[in-house]
Amino acid sequence: MTLSDVSQARAHTEETGLDLDHTHLESGTSLWRDAWYRLRRNRLAAWSFSLVSVLALVALLAPWIVPYPFDAIDFTRIGQAPSLAHWFGTDDLGRDLLTRTVHGLRISFAVGMIATCVSLCIGVLWGSIAGFVGGTLDALMMRVVDVMYSLPYMFFVIILMTIFGRNILILFLALGAVQWLTMARIVRGQVLSLRHKEFVEGAQSVGCTRRRIIVRHLIPNTLGPVIIYTTLTIPRIILEEAFLSFLGLGVQAPMASLGSLTSDGAQAMEIYPWLLIAPSLVLALLLLSLNFLGDGLRDALDPRMHKG
Amino acid sequence: MLRYVVQRLGGSLLVLWVIVTLAFFLMRLAPGGPFDLERTLPLDVQKNIAHKYHLDEPLLTQYLRYISDIAMHGDLGPSYKYADRSVNDFIADGLPITLQLGTLALTFALVFGLTFGIVAALRHNTAWDYVAMGLAIAGVSIPNFVVGPLLQYLFGLKLGWVPIAGWDTPSAVLLPSLTLGVVYAASIARLARGGMLEVLGQDYIRTARAKGLRERVIIVRHMLRGGLLPVISYLGPAVAFLLSGSLVVEKIFNIPGLGRHFVQSALNRDYTVTLGMVIFFSGLILACNLCVDLLYLLIDPRVREATR
Repeated sequence: MTLSDVSQARAHTEETGLDLDHTHLESGTSLWRDAWYRLRRNRLAAWSFSLVSVLALVALLAPWIVPYPFDAIDFTRIGQAPSLAHWFGTDDLGRDLLTRTVHGLRISFAVGMIATCVSLCIGVLWGSIAGFVGGTLDALMMRVVDVMYSLPYMFFVIILMTIFGRNILILFLALGAVQWLTMARIVRGQVLSLRHKEFVEGAQSVGCTRRRIIVRHLIPNTLGPVIIYTTLTIPRIILEEAFLSFLGLGVQAPMASLGSLTSDGAQAMEIYPWLLIAPSLVLALLLLSLNFLGDGLRDALDPRMHKG
Repeated sequence: MLRYVVQRLGGSLLVLWVIVTLAFFLMRLAPGGPFDLERTLPLDVQKNIAHKYHLDEPLLTQYLRYISDIAMHGDLGPSYKYADRSVNDFIADGLPITLQLGTLALTFALVFGLTFGIVAALRHNTAWDYVAMGLAIAGVSIPNFVVGPLLQYLFGLKLGWVPIAGWDTPSAVLLPSLTLGVVYAASIARLARGGMLEVLGQDYIRTARAKGLRERVIIVRHMLRGGLLPVISYLGPAVAFLLSGSLVVEKIFNIPGLGRHFVQSALNRDYTVTLGMVIFFSGLILACNLCVDLLYLLIDPRVREATR
């Protein structure tokens, strides 16, 4: 079952007002309410959704809820084990680890959002232009995507970081700029398969403008796969940022990211094991729940994919 | 079929050329020269250095020299930081170790991944399946730079069963290979399960059953052949991921392999070494992808038919 098959079915559903898969649903139930219903029924995805929401809220409100400034060095409190005053303990400079972990979480969410937006913009634009215009331009644009697919892009991000210094904005943009290829392919496939469908023809025959056809008929039908892929892109980008920061090529001190905290913790684990355990568990939990959520969303938006 | 092989080979060479060109000009975009030190050297010395490394020539001449050195002699140029070392020296140093690490990790991943995946598919929707797939999702989501230090802490520090770092004793290779292999074991398990489940319901399996073949023969002769195709096509990209994974694992366990040299050069801003290694990695990855595609040709008669 490919994504385009699914959306064809969905297109059919929307046009005829009949839901072939789910006869228990009213014919008027929108795609989104239907998906939300299925997502809530998936217990793992629902739990992941709650956890991600809590973590996101903590990251968003970080400056107001953390008890200490993230770079406050306190030599009277070096390397303390977790306690009531410092829930996650303190590091070798006496900085509060809970504060630093929350700030790392903030960077993870920021990079996930910004880089995903970058990849979304490039990918959707590239794919829909290629799919719409077709012909030689389409072939050329997709050839570019094919060639870029075989580049080891992680290494190119490292080159960019080496050359342009370890600037956090460049990191965000570079991670997004290498993640748009699959999105472009998905959107192009969608647009191609929908362009000659009866409902587009129908809209044309009743005199809809091109713009209206794109906005009202084509884009809503490409949205499902795009959302699914976007939610799966976010954890991937978070992982890549942590990977680079772990190597020392990403976020630089005194700022903290979950990757760099894990790296520091790995170095100090002989004396201060909590420095390793807290940030690495938070990172693992975040990635795990984002992946579960993405999988759950895919099942919710693509009910037919789960069969078989 | 020969035409297909030649076409694929040509495509790979084209991509390699794109990579070399991109890498070369990215390097020249870097702000400042490679020999900017804290103290400024006398003008004559600067000139001599520029002359020695051909930096006083026009950009195009430098580019053609770089390309022809790579194509004719496989020479990736000198290191700018260590005057007596060339990029090839670094590669010759690290490659054997990284190859050992990669091979061990891949073997581990194949043995465990295939076992888990096949068992999960054959015992579909039982506790076996759920446990195997739960482990697989955790393995895919939790990054190796979290797994590595935690294993180090547990088995190296707390239990003291194996050394926590190094590559000199047989027991030292255990944890790094395990750390590097976990993600691939998990991916292979998921792919193997998916592939097997798809094959399970096919007509030719029913035919085999109808003929009265023994279950073991059906599994080994008929199911595995079709069911493991997704795993084989994953092996090409897996090599690329193994290489980037080795960056992290070699850092964690302090292994003097390629990845360690690569990260060190990126941190030192030793441009030529970073770029030379990216080119080398890319060549390796492209070669592996090519091999996998050709392997496909041997295994899958459908692909063979399509390339006729």
